[in-house]
Amino acid sequence: MDVLFRNVRELVELAEKEEKLISEIMLEQESLISGRTRDEIMEQMDNNLTVMEEAVEKGLKGVRSFSGLTGGDAVLIQQYIDKGNALSGDLLLDAVSKAVATNEVNAAMGTICATPTAGSAGVVPGTLFAVKNKLDPTREQMIRYLFTSGAFGYVVANNASISGAAGGCQAEVGSASAMAAAAIVEMAGGTPQQSAEAFSITLKNMLGLVCDPVAGLVEVPCVKRNAMGASNAVVAADMALAGVTSRIPTDEVIDAMFKIGQTMPVALKETAKGGLAATPTGKWLEAKIFGTATAGYSN
Amino acid sequence: MKYKSVFDIIGPVMIGPSSSHTAGAARIGRVARDLFGRQPEWARIHLYGSFAETYKGHGTDIAIIGGLLDYDTFDERIKTSFEEAGKLGMKFEFIPETGNAEHPNTARIVVGDSESEMSLTGISIGGGTIEVTELNGFPLRLSGGHSALLVVHDDRAGCIANVANCLAKYDINIGHMEVSRKERGQMALMVIEVDQRIDENVLDEIALIPNITQVTKIAG
Repeated sequence: MDVLFRNVRELVELAEKEEKLISEIMLEQESLISGRTRDEIMEQMDNNLTVMEEAVEKGLKGVRSFSGLTGGDAVLIQQYIDKGNALSGDLLLDAVSKAVATNEVNAAMGTICATPTAGSAGVVPGTLFAVKNKLDPTREQMIRYLFTSGAFGYVVANNASISGAAGGCQAEVGSASAMAAAAIVEMAGGTPQQSAEAFSITLKNMLGLVCDPVAGLVEVPCVKRNAMGASNAVVAADMALAGVTSRIPTDEVIDAMFKIGQTMPVALKETAKGGLAATPTGKWLEAKIFGTATAGYSN
Repeated sequence: MKYKSVFDIIGPVMIGPSSSHTAGAARIGRVARDLFGRQPEWARIHLYGSFAETYKGHGTDIAIIGGLLDYDTFDERIKTSFEEAGKLGMKFEFIPETGNAEHPNTARIVVGDSESEMSLTGISIGGGTIEVTELNGFPLRLSGGHSALLVVHDDRAGCIANVANCLAKYDINIGHMEVSRKERGQMALMVIEVDQRIDENVLDEIALIPNITQVTKIAG
């Protein structure tokens, strides 16, 4: 299969050479591999954007999961922002609250768009809808944000992993946060190379993050990891836009993430056997939610 | 490239909570349903690795049943699939396995009715993307997201050429193809990923080729 780029170096070089946005390269490649028109592809992404908007809206009204472990935090954070005393800044906290909103809806078995996974679905839309208030983008620019995120995610998925079971949380929330950072940079008018720097800075700071869901549920600590992932993305985007660069090239950071994932113990890769899942409280919660039985059952 | 489309990364639109354990699981169930060709009367589902450890929390079980009922990843009925299966009289059983599988998110689904049964192994590789790794004992590697043709046939000379000729006649290009057999001269399987849509009349024509037992398509 012919593709326009296989790694971040090729993606950035192509964007620079042809003086195009990264989102544009992703659009062209999608058209190339699917044989679909640009309008069809834009329309599908527009629909995904609508799903994200509806999920955030729902989460900000307040939802609760069946287990009762998560829900309602997005509302708390919005109320706190409204008081006007937020120490870390309104935009940052807004991104956090909207990321949390999405993941609370996901945990409650609501409808979401995986970006790149459901467990990490909060970061990309959370940051997008927060940055939107400051940058005032057009609908097309918002859709482009998703293509830019997608371009970087595409490289990670094909060269490393976006699965918690295969690579830990660094592969899920780590990837999502780095993808979002790159997209923020493009929306803010940064260069393709600055997008890559923001991606690297973010992912470097999430390397080694394990996947240790309490009771095997995509709730604790997943929802709050999306919150911190969103803040990581916004800060890294600002750093890259300020001119800060990563000493380790992006593709090598991705490769490091992959290798760390391979050497990570199975107990810390979405098996609910280690980390927070194995704490006394984590185990107590599991027993409370499922009873003590984890064996099979039939109907 | 394991992930071909940007919508493998920004997508799918789905019912939570897990793209690999819920959406991917639903897709594995749906491919099994697709290949079986009708609503099965019963299903036995073996879960391995992370699927076996966390399936209840992720709704992997209701998602696989939803897939076997032909629901897409975003179908709200996934949440009540056990009840829906009950209404249709489909019996099912989940068996968490302790043995190791090739991939941490593996499900082996055996479905059947009074006429026949079929087994399929699917892996959920992340973000809702899946691959089928076994069908009725034949090892294969097939992604659920692309148009493909599965042809069960007797292992005879000319079979593969005849099927390829038929596709060529309808201007359907083969992107990837695998052939395997259990034993020489016995039952064999062709897996053909194609670039174009395959219409029903093409399937009917292939089914008439000598030594072809069964033809199924998976829509991309």
